[in-house]
Amino acid sequence: MTSGSVGARQQGSLSWLVLPALVLFTAFGVIPLIGVLVLSFTSWNGIGEITLIGFGNWVSVLADPALVHSLGVTFLIMALSWAVQTPLSILVGVFIAGQQRYRAVLAVLYFTPLLLSSAAIAITYKALLDPNFGLGASLGIPFLVQNWLGDPVLAIATVVFVVSWQFIPFHSLIYQGAVRQIPASLYEAARIDGAGRVRQFFSITLPQLKYTLITSSTLMVAGSMAFFDLIFVLTVGGPSDATRVLALDMYLRGFRGNMMGPASVIALIIVVVAVLLAMGIQRLGGKDAGESQLEGA
Amino acid sequence: MATPTSTTAADTPAAVPVPRRVGAVTATTPRGGADRPNYLGGLTSFLWLGIIIIPVYWVVITSFKPQSAYYTSNPMLPSTPTLENYQSVIEADFLMYFLNSVIVTVGATVPAVLLSFMAAFAIVRGGRGRFLRFSNTVFLMGLACPTQAVIIPVYLIIIRLSLYDSHLALILPSIAFAIPLSVLILANFIRDVPNELFESMRMDGASEWGTMWRLAFPLTQPALITVSIYQGLQVWNSFLLPLVLTQSQEMRVLPLALWAFQGEYGINVPAVLASVVLATLPILALYVVGRRHLLAGMTAGFSK
Repeated sequence: MTSGSVGARQQGSLSWLVLPALVLFTAFGVIPLIGVLVLSFTSWNGIGEITLIGFGNWVSVLADPALVHSLGVTFLIMALSWAVQTPLSILVGVFIAGQQRYRAVLAVLYFTPLLLSSAAIAITYKALLDPNFGLGASLGIPFLVQNWLGDPVLAIATVVFVVSWQFIPFHSLIYQGAVRQIPASLYEAARIDGAGRVRQFFSITLPQLKYTLITSSTLMVAGSMAFFDLIFVLTVGGPSDATRVLALDMYLRGFRGNMMGPASVIALIIVVVAVLLAMGIQRLGGKDAGESQLEGA
Repeated sequence: MATPTSTTAADTPAAVPVPRRVGAVTATTPRGGADRPNYLGGLTSFLWLGIIIIPVYWVVITSFKPQSAYYTSNPMLPSTPTLENYQSVIEADFLMYFLNSVIVTVGATVPAVLLSFMAAFAIVRGGRGRFLRFSNTVFLMGLACPTQAVIIPVYLIIIRLSLYDSHLALILPSIAFAIPLSVLILANFIRDVPNELFESMRMDGASEWGTMWRLAFPLTQPALITVSIYQGLQVWNSFLLPLVLTQSQEMRVLPLALWAFQGEYGINVPAVLASVVLATLPILALYVVGRRHLLAGMTAGFSK
């Protein structure tokens, strides 16, 4: 709501304030984004000369079954971790949003995974899940004594579990905040109408959480496109590439395989898929935006 | 997954290693004492609480065990507590890695937040200028781009600037990556400052520069703290950037050091876990001192 005359008089004198931020972001954000496109048409081993080679990288990467595999693994982990995290985050978020004091206390404990870096979490789980010396083995619980990181199927399950362990607290936190903003009058009205607990949840809580669901899902999806630290430390993409997600594929091709060209192609695929997915989710939820009673809350 | 939780959940609350009063209250609270019991939510929440707390508890007690006791003692009980793991971690140059992390985190977060604040102020107060609108669009588009995707050109640029394997190699890109979200959040906040306040500052003859620091800056303080914490955590925990842009041991930051430490001392699990605990302590301290700020910082821009 800046008044026109003031704004017009000041714009000349204010523009320079944006310059430092713009220059830095251009240097390490915009130019690299253009750079990754340029590099995708070149051959470079990371040290020597960069030579233009045309569409070679694109042809070889797009024809490589490894790309389909990485895309598949990325989507599989994305879908599974969404399906595990979303219902749990909503249940936990609704629960800790309650007014009882002990729930606030529980919340303090819930958020402990948020304090740990992905590297720390991965290192912890590597030690904890060790089939010979891990927690399961020393407690003697047969179910826990499995080759969690050595078996392709179990490794995927482990990654999904650890991702959920790390991020459910964050998403519960978002849901907790959103639940607390639902007007109590809605529940009172429902109770007068004789709606039970379950009915209230499905008729009031869930519809009111729609926008939070979209935000949370967007973050989960965008986040899983960028999964790197956790999987890199946990499995380095193994066993036999079972957990080689796109970001890891990019790193391994570029910085381990010294093929920056193909790695740049993967990087661009990550950007495109991430943007498309985010737009898709927003559209999915945006269709009936007018219905929300929570708009602007 | 229900088996381990149910067998150990009973003794977890009392033994939880986080603040004292916390454990006490949890232990004495009756389950579902509310007028409208939410059994499913309650059950799930307690189960998940166990799943969260057991590994954390295990990490802490194991980090105090001598290596010999790790293989023989009950994993869920403390046994012959010792500080030798912490000692060996600290002797393995831990303080240097810690210092590197502090330098990079502070060196990136403070400029990032200040520059973003200046940019946000110009974008909000400068109004209709084409250049400012263009800048805003660039930042907004930057929000959609994952850091991982530009790491290869960033690596190339850092090499060409002869910054490879230095603190600046981590600081400069970290500032840049922090700018878009910081500008967005801070601009939203500055927009909420009543226009009358700006007007009265102008009447008193204050320059825009003075108005920015003496009016907008103090009024935006909650958002500045939130954004600083969020971006600070991003840098503190960042792994790919240091992995790609540094090489020598002297430049190693904590997440990288943890990983290297596990590679070298992998068999000595208690020592590896002690390094995890040590690396987390600063954030734990922040959590204890300013939980509200920290949690707000973690969901910066997402919960509104």
